[in-house]
Amino acid sequence: MSVSTAATVSVRVLLFASYAEVVGRQSLELSLPAPATVGALIRRLRELPGGAGLPERPLVAVNHAHARPDSPLSERDEIAILPPLAGG
Amino acid sequence: MSHLTTAPLELGRLVTRVSAPGRGGIACFLGVVRDQQGGRAVARLDYSAYEPMAEAECERIVTEARGRWNAEVALEHRLGRLEIGEAAVAIAAAAAHRDAAFAACRYAIEQVKQRVPIWKREEYVDGGVEWVNPQAVGRPDGPTAGVPEPATQTEWGV
Repeated sequence: MSVSTAATVSVRVLLFASYAEVVGRQSLELSLPAPATVGALIRRLRELPGGAGLPERPLVAVNHAHARPDSPLSERDEIAILPPLAGG
Repeated sequence: MSHLTTAPLELGRLVTRVSAPGRGGIACFLGVVRDQQGGRAVARLDYSAYEPMAEAECERIVTEARGRWNAEVALEHRLGRLEIGEAAVAIAAAAAHRDAAFAACRYAIEQVKQRVPIWKREEYVDGGVEWVNPQAVGRPDGPTAGVPEPATQTEWGV
């Protein structure tokens, strides 16, 4: 990647349902210091305007699969912050 | 095969899809919209999803059931606005015998509830509107308003 330095990881963040309402947006781009994890991303999100309404440990998916707080993030990953699931 | 649709669900189509000469048992589950939630009269509701992941999770569930019970599972979840009594989820599980068919069907619906990123916004007869948090329902000590704490719902890294 010529546009990004090795010192940061840029990811796309998606917010859904009640979380999108709390934060006031459905998606955003974030750059985090490398190496980045799901947990670090959540801490950063909670510092943003409206982000304090997110829980400390929400459900998170990375590239369409459930992830853990220590899951590593890579450049251009799609991170989804998932409110309590209510399907079925 | 798409597992998400805005069209009314037809269980019969799913049964047809999983039927085969070697499968002697077919178990079905239909989840329909109830007229009340926690004592509050529900008018209608709206399902939304993180669609690419929801499709992927449904497909993983089907694959797991196939590997575990040698069962063929057809699974569809409806999205969009639903009225009382309409089906929100339909599952047909076919296997050689009934035990495997029932087990695969039960597995599929429980996994849908735990893993598939779908959300439900209920409109009540009294005019209120709320995102449903299954964790809070029926739990007097659970979070009931604002942003719920979902950490206990699903184990990390299902």
